[in-house]
Amino acid sequence: MTNEELQAYLTGEFSKAEVKLGKQYVEILVQAADLHETSVRLKNVPELSFDYLICLTGVDYPETMQIVYHIESVKHRHVVVLKVNTADRTDPKVDTVSDVWQTAKYHEREVYDLLGVKFNNHTDLRRLFLDDSWGFPLRKDYKDEVRIVER
Amino acid sequence: MSEIKEIIISTDKIHTDQYLVNMGPQHPSTHGVLRLLVRLEGEIVHHIEPHVGYIHSGIEKMCEAISYPQIIHLTDRMDYLSANMNNEAVALCVENALQVEVPERVKYIRTIMDELSRLASHQLWWCVMGMDLGALTTFFYGLRDRELILDIFEETCGARMTLNYNLPGGVMFDIHPNFQKRVKDFIKIFKKKLPEYDELLTGNVIFQERTKDIGYLSLDDAIAWGVTGPSGRGSGFSCDVRKHQPYSAYPLVQFEEKLDTKGDTFTRYRLRMEEMYESMHIIEQLIDNIPEGDYAVKMKGVVKLPEGEFYQRVETARGEFGVYIVSDGKKNPYRVKFRSPGFSNLFALNKMAAGHKIADLVAIMSTLDLVIPDIDR
Repeated sequence: MTNEELQAYLTGEFSKAEVKLGKQYVEILVQAADLHETSVRLKNVPELSFDYLICLTGVDYPETMQIVYHIESVKHRHVVVLKVNTADRTDPKVDTVSDVWQTAKYHEREVYDLLGVKFNNHTDLRRLFLDDSWGFPLRKDYKDEVRIVER
Repeated sequence: MSEIKEIIISTDKIHTDQYLVNMGPQHPSTHGVLRLLVRLEGEIVHHIEPHVGYIHSGIEKMCEAISYPQIIHLTDRMDYLSANMNNEAVALCVENALQVEVPERVKYIRTIMDELSRLASHQLWWCVMGMDLGALTTFFYGLRDRELILDIFEETCGARMTLNYNLPGGVMFDIHPNFQKRVKDFIKIFKKKLPEYDELLTGNVIFQERTKDIGYLSLDDAIAWGVTGPSGRGSGFSCDVRKHQPYSAYPLVQFEEKLDTKGDTFTRYRLRMEEMYESMHIIEQLIDNIPEGDYAVKMKGVVKLPEGEFYQRVETARGEFGVYIVSDGKKNPYRVKFRSPGFSNLFALNKMAAGHKIADLVAIMSTLDLVIPDIDR
């Protein structure tokens, strides 16, 4: 599907979500409560079949911690950007999608490690790169005490 | 006098437990500081849990404090064997965000440099793959030919591995006057040398015994675990970004995306060998037709991206590399994320190696072609 067709299809399919056409890809913003159901349908509806999770990451915005999923369909070759805003910026929680796309298991561990987002129902939520004594370095309020970045 | 009794050992009474072995962080076959916690029963691998982060350098955090042209200099420290592709990804992302059209000459130069990097990377992969399996000679063959490419790099941009050749808007300097001649000479030489690689390793009985039907990865698993590059294509996952989202001069050239569905270690090995021929084929189509013109467009002194999000995908020697930039309109990014191919590829290792012998784990890891800084960032 082209981006416009995909946008129209997603608007019809996901009534509760906010669908818009971004600069490159169609973006779909869902509530944290709807995330798991949305991702299952994105993968399983044959017209969409988004089966390849390219990239999973988090962005610390002033008012919310946003998790961003770039997903492609191998069959149809269209890409969608799924976004979810967490309710609480300081203690963000969203459902895991590692049962939908297996690779998310480790991408989520990375997001937990660097941004402190807790993924509900994740089977093995531990830090990935850093030691337990660290804070969450990619948060904007992180105090860079050893001054790695800023001089 | 002592009496010697016959000792009878019954194998049914030997009780074996599963036990955990740390492979790494200092292990020659991990090619860097990676630790695999392997659960073994005798020699059989039951489960692998990779532990990463030994050389996590916080590149994404550093990027938030520096400007866009500076970010490029950090990217080739991640996957140091695909330095030019990583650099190009950031450069393309910034150019697309600013809607800058680079001259045709730049596109040609970038694509040729990409393919030379891919060749150099695959040569190094091939020579260490042989070495991991005990064939030391391959190491000297591979490094001998790789040297020719590194010399071409050195002549044009002063660096051998961390090229830093790309900039937003073009490349840093024009190609050296010798560039075209040396690349053509290299291809002439390497076309003769590459069949030698096959004679030395591919046809070897021991090598084939150790790689065929070992480390199977199904197509569904390859997609679910996001295994890209030759590793994913060995399972039939058509994931070549150069084909599906062409950039630079890739729309102008003819090449084949090598695919196979067998999904074993030998297939992944063979596809990389075939990719080397394809890379040479791409370079041959471009090298005589580099258009005249500028090697860069004039950019403003301070590069500021408009507000928004930008994503750029490129194909490195290991798979799909992605740059995700969130900009708030300032000269440094709000957030940068690098989607590195090694990260996703590594965690599919358990799927491939569970059930095999520990010696096969070394062969399987070799065909994933891991570069550890690419995983840790």
